[in-house]
Amino acid sequence: MARRIRFVEALREGMRQEMERDPTVFVMGEGVGPHGSCFKQTEGFCAMFGEQRSLDTPISELAIAGTAAGAAMLGMRPIADLMWIDFSMLAMDQICNQAAKLRYISNGQVRVPVVYRMTTGRSKSNAAHHSGSFYSWYVNTPGLKVVVPSTPYDAKGLIIAAIRDDDPVIYLEHKLLLNMRGEVPEEPYTIPLGVAEIKRAGEDVTVVATGAMVNFALKAAETLAKEGISIEVVDPRTLMPYDGETILASVRKTGRLLVVDEGYRYCGFASEIVAFVVENAMDALRQPPRQLTTMHTTIPFSPPMEDYVFPNPNRIAAAVRGMIQPSKAGD
Amino acid sequence: MDAATQRRLLETMLRIRKAELQLAVMYKNGKVPCAAHLYEGQEAIAAGVCENLRLDDCITSTHRGHGHCIAKGMSLKEMMAEVCGKKTGCSAGKGGTMHLFKPEAGVMGTVGIVGGGIPLATGLGLAMKMKATDQVAVSFFGDGAANNGAFHESLNMASLWKLPVIYICENNLYATSVAVWRSTSVPNVGVRGAGYGMPGLTVDGNRVDDVYEAAADAVARARAREGPTLIECVTYRIRGHFEGEDAFYRTKEEVAEARKRDPIDYWKARLIADAAITEEDFQAMSAKADSEVAEAAAFADASPFPEPEDALVLTAKEHCCA
Repeated sequence: MARRIRFVEALREGMRQEMERDPTVFVMGEGVGPHGSCFKQTEGFCAMFGEQRSLDTPISELAIAGTAAGAAMLGMRPIADLMWIDFSMLAMDQICNQAAKLRYISNGQVRVPVVYRMTTGRSKSNAAHHSGSFYSWYVNTPGLKVVVPSTPYDAKGLIIAAIRDDDPVIYLEHKLLLNMRGEVPEEPYTIPLGVAEIKRAGEDVTVVATGAMVNFALKAAETLAKEGISIEVVDPRTLMPYDGETILASVRKTGRLLVVDEGYRYCGFASEIVAFVVENAMDALRQPPRQLTTMHTTIPFSPPMEDYVFPNPNRIAAAVRGMIQPSKAGD
Repeated sequence: MDAATQRRLLETMLRIRKAELQLAVMYKNGKVPCAAHLYEGQEAIAAGVCENLRLDDCITSTHRGHGHCIAKGMSLKEMMAEVCGKKTGCSAGKGGTMHLFKPEAGVMGTVGIVGGGIPLATGLGLAMKMKATDQVAVSFFGDGAANNGAFHESLNMASLWKLPVIYICENNLYATSVAVWRSTSVPNVGVRGAGYGMPGLTVDGNRVDDVYEAAADAVARARAREGPTLIECVTYRIRGHFEGEDAFYRTKEEVAEARKRDPIDYWKARLIADAAITEEDFQAMSAKADSEVAEAAAFADASPFPEPEDALVLTAKEHCCA
């Protein structure tokens, strides 16, 4: 049986192997040095690579993002850790106005091979400033690529692909997944950006799910299977550019679409996928597509309220039943 | 300063001045599609700083960046064609007046967001340090940017890590329409260097020799990897914030007074007084700059626009789904 390690270990291994392979790769961010990062993503890097390549920074998100972009313009491959996606808002100018646009406005004279890593999503009562899933903002910015792994295997393959990519890549680490275990090969490998994976094949409903929602969807699939309902779980893995073909092929097979995303629904990733499928496969849809997202509210602190606003496996199962039962009744 | 340097400083200032005045005419004639931010009156800063730089040193600049690009070695043709939105411009029309790039000459970008270029230049310095080269990076920005968080975050980092970066604050007394005394807590931005543990100077930005000497020290310090320097160059924005702006927030008398401190007049007078050049030399230099600018303007004017669908080159295939 292949080796099973945690998501955070897979991510760390991917970064370490790239740093060993390529001297221009380095990590920078608040706490990535001797402390080894907030969730131990860079544990041991200082001893292995020295403080310059495991570079502690002040809490200066804008300058972390900007200096990383500047260093990337001169041939370095920085991995800049912004710690929480909520904090990345402080760096929006450098990420969205500078890093994202430099290649275009220079007509390709400069490239910006930088990875912006940030944790995303809920955990336990992290409340309004530490639970965000604002990545649709980055999806909405031409010039950025956005990846969100849902397994340890994907975490390693996507970080290596992101580091080797010549454009800025937003790499999202879901806090609920960091301790998840899974099979991960020891040797380096890449998962191409823009390629989805069908995490579970099924017949009745296509469930496109992202990040931690993939595992929620897989849990819901177990419950639904006992009821005789078969769902196909499609994990885009890359949100920009996303793998529209794989999603369309699945919808053409099942005739039904549910998108589960932890971002908000308005101009969000889920609404984009619904729009894309409606534009391209309306004829295949047997009923209106649905989305299940975090409710459109600031994230509350208290556990009962926090649990209430996020998608969960029960809600996914209920949404699927709601799509199946009317038509089954009509069959 | 040797005689050749003295002359080059004058030549660079003349080329910038004449290019900017030509672009003002071209804007009036509808040849420049957007109201550019012109550099008239601030030429001594770009010339004095860049005279100390090598081709492989790097700069970032601002929305008012034509002068820095010229001083750093971008060709007039590529600059003017880009400002006119032409296919032959340095970015083939994708960038325009506020987004000029020529990495071969170390022009790593002029930036349209106030303060936005400061962290980028700091990152250039970080790469130079990590690669153990002896290059230096220069960030040009205005008094407005000195009140932006990008300034604070970047100068702290650069000093902490002893990065080879020179921060040139061009205090032209106006951040768009807001006078520096309405926006800035200290009379001189130079004093802020102390807050970051780096040398902070204030020099007369209309005296190219003062700028040159201050920058020479800062560049030497950066090349020796002794750390960054902040140099405030006090000058005056002769034209409106952008071309065609009615700068009603200041008096005509104030502008007329500032025009008397013209940096080119100052340097010409100095060189003639020192017998370094004659009036005839100056006329010849001026005529040479005129003809270079005229040639570049004709090139920009005669160049074709990009094709509309060129807008999606570098974008479409990779980022458009299905």
